[in-house]
Amino acid sequence: MKQIWIYMKNYKKETVLAPLFKMLEACFELCVPLVIAEITDRGILAGDKGYVARMGGILFILAAVGLLCSVVAQYFSARAAVGVATKLRHGLFKHIESLSFTEIDSVGTSTLITRMTSDINQVQSGVNMFLRLFLRSPFIVFGAMIMAFTINVKAALIFVVTIIVLSVVVFAIILYTIPMYKKVQAALDRVLGITRENLTGARVIRAFGMEEDEIEEYNDRTDKLVRLQIGVGKISALMNPVTFVIINVATIILVWTGAVQVDTDVLTRGDVIALVSYMSQILVELVKLANLIVTLTKAVACGNRIKTVFDVETSIKTGKKEEDAFESGDVSEAFSGNEKIVDDNVAHNSYEYAVEFVHASYMYKGASEESLNDMDFKIKRGTTVGIIGGTGSGKSTLVQMIPRFYDVSSGEIKVDGKNVKSYALDELRDKIGIVLQKAVLFKGTIKDNLLWGNANATDEEIYEALDIAQAREFVDGKPEGIETMIEQGGKNLSGGQKQRLTIARAVIRRPEILILDDSSSALDFATDAKLRKALKNISDTGKTTVIIVSQRASAIMHADNIIVLDDGEISGMGAHNELMETNEVYREIYHSQNAMR
Amino acid sequence: MSDINKNRTSNTIKKVLQYIKKYWGFVMMSLLFAAVTVALTLYIPNLTGKAIDLIIDKGLVDFDGIWSILIQIAVLTVVAALAQWFMNACNNKITYGVVKDIRDNAFMKIEKLPLKYIDGHPYGDTVSRVIADADQFADGLLMGFTQLFTGVVTILGTVGFMIAINWKIALAVVILTPISFFVAKFIAGRTHDMFKKQSETRGEQTALIDEMIGNQKVVQAYGQEKKVLERFDQVNDRLAKYSLKAVFFSSLTNPCTRFVNNLVYAVVAVFGGFISITSGAISVGQLTCLLSYANQYTKPFNEISGVITELQNSLVCASRVIELIEEESVTPDAADAVKLRDAKGNVTLENVSFSYVPERRLIEKFNLSVKSGQRIAIVGPTGCGKTTLINLLMRFYDVNEGDILIDGVSVKKMTRKSLRQLFGMVLQETWLKAGTIKENIAMGKPDATDEEIIAAAKAAHAHGFIKRLPNGYNTIIGEDGGSLSQGQKQLLCITRVMLMKPPMLILDEATSSIDTRTEIRIQKAFDALMEGRTSFIVAHRLSTIQEADVILVMKDGNIIEQGNHEELMRQNGFYHDLYNSQYA
Repeated sequence: MKQIWIYMKNYKKETVLAPLFKMLEACFELCVPLVIAEITDRGILAGDKGYVARMGGILFILAAVGLLCSVVAQYFSARAAVGVATKLRHGLFKHIESLSFTEIDSVGTSTLITRMTSDINQVQSGVNMFLRLFLRSPFIVFGAMIMAFTINVKAALIFVVTIIVLSVVVFAIILYTIPMYKKVQAALDRVLGITRENLTGARVIRAFGMEEDEIEEYNDRTDKLVRLQIGVGKISALMNPVTFVIINVATIILVWTGAVQVDTDVLTRGDVIALVSYMSQILVELVKLANLIVTLTKAVACGNRIKTVFDVETSIKTGKKEEDAFESGDVSEAFSGNEKIVDDNVAHNSYEYAVEFVHASYMYKGASEESLNDMDFKIKRGTTVGIIGGTGSGKSTLVQMIPRFYDVSSGEIKVDGKNVKSYALDELRDKIGIVLQKAVLFKGTIKDNLLWGNANATDEEIYEALDIAQAREFVDGKPEGIETMIEQGGKNLSGGQKQRLTIARAVIRRPEILILDDSSSALDFATDAKLRKALKNISDTGKTTVIIVSQRASAIMHADNIIVLDDGEISGMGAHNELMETNEVYREIYHSQNAMR
Repeated sequence: MSDINKNRTSNTIKKVLQYIKKYWGFVMMSLLFAAVTVALTLYIPNLTGKAIDLIIDKGLVDFDGIWSILIQIAVLTVVAALAQWFMNACNNKITYGVVKDIRDNAFMKIEKLPLKYIDGHPYGDTVSRVIADADQFADGLLMGFTQLFTGVVTILGTVGFMIAINWKIALAVVILTPISFFVAKFIAGRTHDMFKKQSETRGEQTALIDEMIGNQKVVQAYGQEKKVLERFDQVNDRLAKYSLKAVFFSSLTNPCTRFVNNLVYAVVAVFGGFISITSGAISVGQLTCLLSYANQYTKPFNEISGVITELQNSLVCASRVIELIEEESVTPDAADAVKLRDAKGNVTLENVSFSYVPERRLIEKFNLSVKSGQRIAIVGPTGCGKTTLINLLMRFYDVNEGDILIDGVSVKKMTRKSLRQLFGMVLQETWLKAGTIKENIAMGKPDATDEEIIAAAKAAHAHGFIKRLPNGYNTIIGEDGGSLSQGQKQLLCITRVMLMKPPMLILDEATSSIDTRTEIRIQKAFDALMEGRTSFIVAHRLSTIQEADVILVMKDGNIIEQGNHEELMRQNGFYHDLYNSQYA
């Protein structure tokens, strides 16, 4: 909820004006019973038709002014609601973008997507309703009470008691149902989860003949959902009947005491009529309110779900950009200030080592053991380094720590002699081109996708990158060449084609450090060999340092330096020939892959 | 277009009614309770009016009369409240029940959809049909039930009561109210376009969110956060614009109809006043009562116009779910389909032709005979369609022509379930369900003992890493394997098959994410398992397939060479090139 209030602040004017005009409208509405009382008491009793007609005119004016106020109120509340939702979406999207891999891994993509879409929509209608009715309704209720006071204090006390009882009941129901709605949403999440799972895993489920079991489990989950829905439905359905009873009981008392007071000449009959109609106005208002309380309760539940995402803080704080360090005023939110900028005078591009690991270790959240332990090595500028090791040996984690997708739990990592934590994130990542294991492309043309790597690349540079990535041939084979549209998720390309394009996307940046994280696994050996040769050429220019992670010895054996990882530890370092002699693990890997030779 | 839409809508309504049929009893009860509720809520003000009529002036108050009326009011109030609560309970029961039934049917359909549909449609779209659309439908249906019927009854009831009091005024009210309908319709017509644009833009935005957040790592790796945010904001701003218009204009309905209602109210007051003055045909109590009816009479008009838009919207949603349910299923197993319990593993492909899309021929007139215990390897460059054969063997897709026989029985003549149980399958794309490690391993054999599970995990070399997880075999892994590495996920999938000990084995790049040392050890375990059983192996690592009895070499979807390693090397063809390039 707190987040919503923060965003409401941007719409102060709207949030004040919408309820204000709503109240004005309500004021005019509250005058109606007074006018009616005039008609009955003065007009009809006196038989004054002209007076009745004049009062009719006043009713018309009240209606017209009420309409005007209401339109204004609707406009402002729509503006505030849509505005808050828009800002909230923007803020949440931005926040999610700032999260590091660790957090995204643990929250889960599908959760984030529902928070961004349906939850925010619920909040939007909630805000809208809140501005329109949550202030109007209490206003009418209290207004009716005040009007009652102007008529007769004793009668008005009945209103006071009624309102107290009503608020207790309404709030009790709201407070009781909010946690229930949360449970409903959570149950829905579980239904969504299994639906998604059965689509992504259709092959495996069918291969294992699990359809029946899955249907059974699904039915269990929908059963549970329905039970929760009906349970909460029962409670919120109490709202209307209970308020109805309370109001009618109040009316009965009102009529009775009214009768007594008319009898003793304290009140007129017109007064009693006005009092009763005020009471029924309260009822009408509460009926409206009851329907909206459901909307609002849902909105609060959804708002809390959104808040939990906002509460996830990124564990990776950016350092400060060097040029910014000299400007004062503009302190962006990105700046965390936990790292002082090291004002060393290293001329970065001439620094001998591109990457240094200084006793760096990493431990996954919730894991008992370190998955990388005491990494300590240096990578010279312009060399090619291979990293090899078994499944789960920590290869990917190791290289993903360089662009700070994960942060060290102890020790430090330096790029160009400077701790990665003291770089601004985009400055650091600008230096690096990383190709991830999972080849991801976006909807758009091939060219659009490659321009992600370097927005200013010319067509010539694009083709050059495609050449290096061994993607030229198949791209040229497409009728539209680099203008070929890629569908969402790259569905119209094969795995190997996607991998080559992702490599081209990294190459086109001409990064200082190019990292290939097991990203040629879908390539056949011939293509892989050509790719390696082309990469070797880039690193030979001395400008680019290439780091290749692979499980295939053939992919890294020609590297200048090879790091062998085994179960989170460095088991050996050196060139191929050296390692063949000295390193048991490396030898075993090599022989396992070349067994027949 | 509108005709088609109409047809579709009426089809949807028919379908929805069929679902509601099951709850017929509840519907009747709901209607009954609604009628009672409305009748009583309308009658009570009438009683109040009568009571007020008994209060005339000082000393002219009939306390006895008032008392008996008030008692009536009290009793009726309680009855009305109970009826209303029961009505709501019935409505909840109907709505959530119907939606559950629809959802369950949709899910059953998902289990029966041809893989072609699943492969060809974004998961997110199907999921949103089952979840979001069904939910929207529920909201609309519930609103329809609670408000539409009570609304109509209220209108009829109030007209009746008003006529009973004074037909002239009743007539005036009836004539005036359609105005509010026209106003509502006018506004609804104007806002329809805005709503359409709003939901289109919303769809566009969801697609963008799905793509970008789903692939957050790449976005961050390329420092594209700002650009992506800009793109997001563009759509977001557009959405804001349409939403504002849609929300504002649609929210005009209420004030406008309320204005009309207030006019009606004024007319009743003045008109009633005149009648009372000139003829005294209306008492003051009756006038109050009339006014209160006029108020109640017009209210449902507001609600009904709102409910109708809501219902239309919810029907659109319902039609999306129903569309999914009516999607064509896989051809059902033949009635006389046999259930193979075990197989020797003789597999024959006779004149098999297959293509995913008619325009692109893929496999044509393909023949293959595999004897029990043979190892068949399928190789070829990236994207050559190696997986197609597996799709056919498992009957994820059906052949267009020809037949596949297992131990001489056509796969079409056995149940899919029994066919698939003959194979243990490990795919490159690992899939794990949310649940414990143990549940995931025991998927193919739910009654496996812990010892069996651990033995299988040891054979697959997964025991080591599982042991190190916080809760060992009972560690709960999240959606899609959560934080496990690709290789670990693959080890789990292999364990699954090791536990099952199937008569035949399909390995589709099963060890692509596993290091070669472990792979060789796993291979040995597989070899022991496969002793005398048939296996199909897709791989790009030629070392794994050298010892295969038959190697199928595929290119561009066609099988271009076939034979064992030596034969193929001697042919000096594509395989020869492929093999040499690997060790160049």
